[in-house]
Amino acid sequence: MSVNVISKRENSPGYTPVGEPVGIQWLLTGIALLFVGVFLILPLVAIFGQAFAKGTAFYMAAISQPDTLAAIRLTLLTAFIAVPLNMVFGLAAAWAVARFDFRGKNFLITLIDIPFAISPVVSGLMYVLLFGRQSWLGPWLASVDLKIIFAVPGIVLATVLVTFPFIARELIPLMQAQGSEEEEAALVLGANGRQTFWRVTLPNIKWGLLYGVILCNARAMGEFGAVSVVSGHIRGLTNTIPLQVEILYNEYNFTAAFAVASLLALLALVTLAVKSAVEWKSVHLKQETGEIKNGNCNSECK
Amino acid sequence: MILKKQYSILPGFGLTLGYAVFYISLVLLAPLAVVFLKAATLSWEQLWNIITAPRVLASFRLSIGASLAGALINAVFGLLIAWVLVRYSFPGKKIIDSLVDLPFAMPTAVAGIALTSIYAEKGWIGSLFQPLGLKIAFTPLGVIIALAFIGLPFVVRTVQPVLQDFEKEIEEAAASLGANRWQTFRRVVLPALTPSWLTGFALAFARSLGEYGSVVFIAGNMPLRTEIVPLIIITKLEQFDYAGATAVAAVMLVISFTLLFVINLGQWWSRKRYFVVKGAERNVS
Repeated sequence: MSVNVISKRENSPGYTPVGEPVGIQWLLTGIALLFVGVFLILPLVAIFGQAFAKGTAFYMAAISQPDTLAAIRLTLLTAFIAVPLNMVFGLAAAWAVARFDFRGKNFLITLIDIPFAISPVVSGLMYVLLFGRQSWLGPWLASVDLKIIFAVPGIVLATVLVTFPFIARELIPLMQAQGSEEEEAALVLGANGRQTFWRVTLPNIKWGLLYGVILCNARAMGEFGAVSVVSGHIRGLTNTIPLQVEILYNEYNFTAAFAVASLLALLALVTLAVKSAVEWKSVHLKQETGEIKNGNCNSECK
Repeated sequence: MILKKQYSILPGFGLTLGYAVFYISLVLLAPLAVVFLKAATLSWEQLWNIITAPRVLASFRLSIGASLAGALINAVFGLLIAWVLVRYSFPGKKIIDSLVDLPFAMPTAVAGIALTSIYAEKGWIGSLFQPLGLKIAFTPLGVIIALAFIGLPFVVRTVQPVLQDFEKEIEEAAASLGANRWQTFRRVVLPALTPSWLTGFALAFARSLGEYGSVVFIAGNMPLRTEIVPLIIITKLEQFDYAGATAVAAVMLVISFTLLFVINLGQWWSRKRYFVVKGAERNVS
């Protein structure tokens, strides 16, 4: 918004801008666009270009191969378990952090950030050391015939670990900014906790929650490092979509690898589109409600 | 309830905090503890021998060096992109703005094969540099390129909001006091951006250090030359060398936690600084 205001002012007569000379502006914009073009747009073009390099028929055949379909099924199953788990965690953590003051709050937030800071490979290794055959739990797991590492449960666990911060990190700042006045009002007016959550909290955070879920889902479906460590790469059994891409690529089956990869790239683009829509939505909501809430401030403070 | 500082009429404190702590303990803290317990079964001498093996040392050198180089590229171009997105208007700006998050949303393996195909000898960009005798893919240069891709959103997204809130009046004041544009930028704008700029740099560096998926394809993974630390862990695991993998992972975890601590400190600094600036403005107006 501030950009519009500035440019409007610059256009008005009698105003001397404190901006850069137009030539410099063009130059800087040009360099930035060139960088974005080479680093972000070119890879996208490369993925879709090579995916369809041998035609649509080859593309369809590549993504409907039995191994690939099995990988898609496993990826969907993993996301279907991991995302709801992390959503419940995100809601609980955001409620505790954004609505209450308690000792150790900053420590809790730092704990939530840890999966961002550690290597996905180390995350995977942690589960191998905990549940693998050589681990302290290993003999017991073998005796009850429960396979976690090199099996589906390990893939789900690793995905949960790597993606659990996303929804919480999306909701915490949002709920902190909103404050708890509306919930307090609902409770004072006689609503119980559940009613307050469903009727007041959830409608307020639904867009942020939606983006958190979509981002978490994209990362869950695309997780590579952690899953690669715990999966064991058993074709048709423990291969997720990214692992299938790796296998196809390492077999020099490039077109098929890019065809399968294009599914995930498409998911990433959808995620970005949802993010933009959510941001647009929240800016507009803020303007509508902000004008009412800050009506006094706007006339007095400025 | 002892933890709670003040009374609130909102329900669910015990339940939500309890569940969050339980979940983190189960999913994160227990597995994390196992790594350090396992590492603790090694003697210092064993640990030292594993870490200082030439192949491991070379991988640390590459990972740290390439991550620094990638984060530096991000610092320069991230600041530029944030500046252009906040200050100028041009067609397609909204699309460019949302594309900045692409490395964050794109699965790392997909980015990895895409970058490899572009920078390989026969790729779109690789073929441009090949006549100059410059190989990018399968060299440390390729690793830097992949890490520069992965870290880009961090600098842009930390600098952008601060720049957006930066009041133009301060720049106008500097200009009216006789500063030229470069002096205003260098002495007025840049100091205000520095905390968030450094935080973005540290975030990009931390993420790059542990990055695996986007690097393994373009790196070529030649021992002593283009092996990154996460790959060393995987190689050791594949050879069933659990002690070795754990030792390297423990060192990486210590580095990650140190960086996380520094980043938190930086964010605290930038918030404080930001509020000081905001407060000063309020006093002025």
